[in-house]
Amino acid sequence: MKVSLTVNERPVEADLPANTLLSDLIRGHLGLTGTHVGCDTSQCGACTVHLNGRAVKSCTILAAQAQGAAVTTIEGIGAPGNLHPMQAAFQDAHGLQCGFCTPGMIMAAIDLVQNAGPLDETKVREGLEGNLCRCTGYHNIVKAVLSAAERL
Amino acid sequence: MSDTGIGKSVKRREDIRFITGQGRYTDDITQPDQTMAVFLRSPHPRARIVSIDASAALEIPGVVGVYTGKDLSADKIGDIPCGWLVKSADGTDMLVASRPPLAVEWVNFVGETYGIVVAETLAAARAGAEAVVTEFEDLKAVATLADALGGPQIHANVPDNLCFHWELGDGAQTDAAFAAAAHVTTLELTNNRLIPNAMEPRAAVGIYDRSTEEFTLYTTSQNPHLERLILSAFVNLAPEHKLRVISPDVGGGFGSKIFVYPEETAVAWAAKQVGRPVKWTADRSEAFLSDAHGRDHITTAELAMDKDGVFLGFRVRTRANLGAYLSTFASSVPTYLYGTLLAGQYRTPAIHVAVDGVYTNTAPVDAYRGAGRPEATYVIERIVETAARELGVDPAELRRRNFIRPDQFPYQTPVALIYDTGDYEASLDKALKLVDYAGFPERRKASEARGKKRGIGLSCYIEACGLAPSQLAIQLGAGVGLYESGEVRVNPTASVTVFTGSHSHGQGHETTFAQIVSDRLGIPFENVEIVHGDTGRVEFGLGTYGSRSVAVGGSALMKATDKIIVKGKRIAAHMLDAKPEDVDFEEGIFAVRATNRKLTFGEVAFAAYVPANFPEDLEPGLSEKSFYDPKNFTFPAGTHIAEVEIDPETGVVTVAKFVAVDDFGEVINPMIVEGQVHGGIAQGIGQALLEHGVYDGMGQLVTGSFMDYCMPRADDLPNFIVDTTVTACTHNPLGVKGCGEAGAIGSPPAIINAVTDALGIRDIAMPASPERVWRAAQGL
Amino acid sequence: MYEFDYHHPDSVAAAIALRAGAADGSYLAGGMTLLPTLKQRLASPSDLIDLAGVTGLTGIEVTADRVTIGAMTRHAEVAASEQIKGSIPALAFLASQIGDTQVRNRGTLGGSVANSDPSADYPAAVIGLGATLQTDHRTIAAEDYFQDLFQTALEEGELIRSIAFPIPRRAAYRKFPNPASRYAVVGVFVAQFAAGVRVGVTGAGPCAFRPAEFEAALNQRLDPAALDDVVIDHDRFNSDMHASAEYRGNLLRVMARRAVADLLAQPA
Repeated sequence: MKVSLTVNERPVEADLPANTLLSDLIRGHLGLTGTHVGCDTSQCGACTVHLNGRAVKSCTILAAQAQGAAVTTIEGIGAPGNLHPMQAAFQDAHGLQCGFCTPGMIMAAIDLVQNAGPLDETKVREGLEGNLCRCTGYHNIVKAVLSAAERL
Repeated sequence: MSDTGIGKSVKRREDIRFITGQGRYTDDITQPDQTMAVFLRSPHPRARIVSIDASAALEIPGVVGVYTGKDLSADKIGDIPCGWLVKSADGTDMLVASRPPLAVEWVNFVGETYGIVVAETLAAARAGAEAVVTEFEDLKAVATLADALGGPQIHANVPDNLCFHWELGDGAQTDAAFAAAAHVTTLELTNNRLIPNAMEPRAAVGIYDRSTEEFTLYTTSQNPHLERLILSAFVNLAPEHKLRVISPDVGGGFGSKIFVYPEETAVAWAAKQVGRPVKWTADRSEAFLSDAHGRDHITTAELAMDKDGVFLGFRVRTRANLGAYLSTFASSVPTYLYGTLLAGQYRTPAIHVAVDGVYTNTAPVDAYRGAGRPEATYVIERIVETAARELGVDPAELRRRNFIRPDQFPYQTPVALIYDTGDYEASLDKALKLVDYAGFPERRKASEARGKKRGIGLSCYIEACGLAPSQLAIQLGAGVGLYESGEVRVNPTASVTVFTGSHSHGQGHETTFAQIVSDRLGIPFENVEIVHGDTGRVEFGLGTYGSRSVAVGGSALMKATDKIIVKGKRIAAHMLDAKPEDVDFEEGIFAVRATNRKLTFGEVAFAAYVPANFPEDLEPGLSEKSFYDPKNFTFPAGTHIAEVEIDPETGVVTVAKFVAVDDFGEVINPMIVEGQVHGGIAQGIGQALLEHGVYDGMGQLVTGSFMDYCMPRADDLPNFIVDTTVTACTHNPLGVKGCGEAGAIGSPPAIINAVTDALGIRDIAMPASPERVWRAAQGL
Repeated sequence: MYEFDYHHPDSVAAAIALRAGAADGSYLAGGMTLLPTLKQRLASPSDLIDLAGVTGLTGIEVTADRVTIGAMTRHAEVAASEQIKGSIPALAFLASQIGDTQVRNRGTLGGSVANSDPSADYPAAVIGLGATLQTDHRTIAAEDYFQDLFQTALEEGELIRSIAFPIPRRAAYRKFPNPASRYAVVGVFVAQFAAGVRVGVTGAGPCAFRPAEFEAALNQRLDPAALDDVVIDHDRFNSDMHASAEYRGNLLRVMARRAVADLLAQPA
């Protein structure tokens, strides 16, 4: 079936099997491999992207469901030399190690800062409930998000 | 000192690609004309394969090939070996169960691979796998450690499922210590089975080039050279010079990606069969079933003391679950990485340990963050805490009475190791201060006023990192050496490309190693590039595990860098018309002592490649390598203190405070070290409170997804208070000890000591889940 | 996922017709349960009928005595709705406790209630508030709706349009989440109406229910302590590796007590 949407503000039209996941479209068809898939039960959050400005798990959305939507991936928020403040905060606070959960974590954190109201440590920890990290123990992720919240 | 030198918290350069989505993990690699693979996996914990009919699968559009264990055997593909031969106490070799990459006749755990389906698309491969008709003869399985001895015999060559009965220490001397004891503390302990769950699932892309007969295997490995060695020497996939293993960005390992697995083996082999690249990426469900699990011990420990609580003897009996087959280093984990650590930080004069390694019909068990050392620390620190309570002595005080004192190093333990250095009381004191030990009774009162129970628990751990030396390890059964290689290649324009046999899958080598080399050479950090993870670019290496990267890999780079300086001095001496021994090198400048004649590092580098009138004995070029084989392990140690608050109505345990004071020796990048500690503590708290790999009585994995296997999340954890003390390692050039595993080693007993303290009970099984804690709190 | 045909109707009538015409059709709401099920190849519907574009299924309407929420309204919208916070704050709070941020940004009220997972949160409020479900062709009272494990009063192809929640004087929700999945091990919704107290429970049994003994005790005395001596028969409660039936029984009492305390902390 035909799907049209924008990904990182670029119009995308694709003819896909109906059972294509948004994550497959992003990774496989568009080659935007910054969005990762870390589980098959919609728990880990590595695949988090923004759909019309809100964080969603792209492994649990059909590409077809994103018809007409604006999708933003990690590649769409900043680039080397022009980092998004959340990206910069993750590096500054050492909020990542292996980097696998990081894109999803950053996308979830941006949603959190934009939509969750005033943040404190507890709120950040609760707000990142949908993202698993195995490396950092979250300590520096929390630090990064709080610091980015001040910058944003 | 520059702000990017040794000891500085330099921001990680690799982060830029990770935070912008430009990381390149194995699943991100797509080859032209690539096919996709799906594995046939046993649904049975133990069964005989009666027949496999792939005819319907081969009819499915897009299916390119279906291969089984018989196809691999016919092509003389060998078993996946275990790399460490452990001998039983009677001198006999451990009993090794044959493990073909794809099972031929017997399957012995749920998820074991017995076939591979290759297709144009993943969907076609899945459909193909579902269309394969396999007839199994289902057999009664050994599902748990408790059932292993005396259960059905899993492997024809292994009576009682006993792989080895290993012992260490002096049994008679230990018995004598117990006979003389004024007090004996006994504890039965279970070390719960864990599933590593690196966030990146394992993956592989196999490529075969018909023109050169070369294989290229991209895979999620912590040690690509070891992978290549095993696939060549034992599995017979290809000669070593015809096999290139590339381990690109790897999303965490924690031990689980050290090992050679059936899947990457079959993927590489299948690439040759279908004449096209073959790619496989595990989904998380497959990872749960087939990644090597960790821990899974049951232990009886007895500690003998005199009337003052001075330790006289320690006796430990452990049964260790090895799973259905011996994974790559499985046999070393509950033996040489466990029994040798049982002295802990204490002067216990007599120690004896006996370990039964047993097979069960479960996924193979192998090294997981800490590997043996968390199990040892758990046994020691739980029993020491329990002994203190029995004796009515403050747990910190009992430990002090028994610590090895700073003036006793080097210290020979009764279980084979020689600790080079340490100051255990220093880290204990600092940790007690940071946690405000004196203020605990007040905090407990405040918790009680709110209807909560509060407890505090200590853990004074020691670990052994940077497994070494090779000679000893090989004597003890290791199939590989334990050195590391490093090459420092100075380019003509004075930028430096560094090749290391270590591998980073989150540790930050690209930053840390560049700090070491740039600091040593006095050149800008930006001018040093670190290359790792590719057997086609790096000469050799043993990879990253056991917190060895900086201690062994970093030391190799130091030695190679020192050779660069020696060569540089020769070149500078020639150019400046001086003797090499009169040339000093400092901060990137070669200078003839007591003169104003000098050359920059860049000038020397350029001259090395544009060698005008070099004498005959001075070769052009400026590139050096080193193989560094350490003389001894390193011994990081420290004190972790946990303070927990328990809601007795629900059994929920909240970690109110967690303090870790570690002695890692010298530190290259404090920021990265702290991050390693945070992550290790999180995994340790996960083990103590949340995580449990559970098989049911039939041998089916109950915790097969994140829906049931409880991973620590941000709101399960507190901020951690971490600090360090320093006694420099005495036998490596950097004075470093290693920091990757300490958090996971020290923290579980601290947590359980705190939980049992809060509840006023002797023991609680890990994970101290809400229901378990509630039952204990209610006295049920 | 197996193959299926995907449909994107714009009206309830069209959705129902597509469902009726499909060999084995399934509605797709937020997909937070259905899509993971399909990914695991545990179901193979012939057709998915996406309700996201169907008009009239979203929105929040508050009148003097009830809050009516369109079936396709996402959890995040309910959690953030000032209207709901002003009328039934406990319902907004419940929505804020479902899954995680990403799930709340996709998951819908109708999808959750139609699926009737025994550990979903919304059913506790549906039954605790005595809500009325408006389907494409009838209304169903909450008491009649939840029947058994994943079994509801919905007929084949019947579609929930909206759910109307009576506004109580005060209400509160307490949940004990499964430490791994974060679904409710036990969730208790307590609501005080002029006519008395209602209690809705999720997680403990095969489907949401009202514990009559709790309601009786709380109607005698609206106080957490009123529940202390109520006998809980946990024999038919769910039991799994995370929580035995006995432990669920305990959590039921503890969560109920805490919900009552939360309720009493609100102005009368």
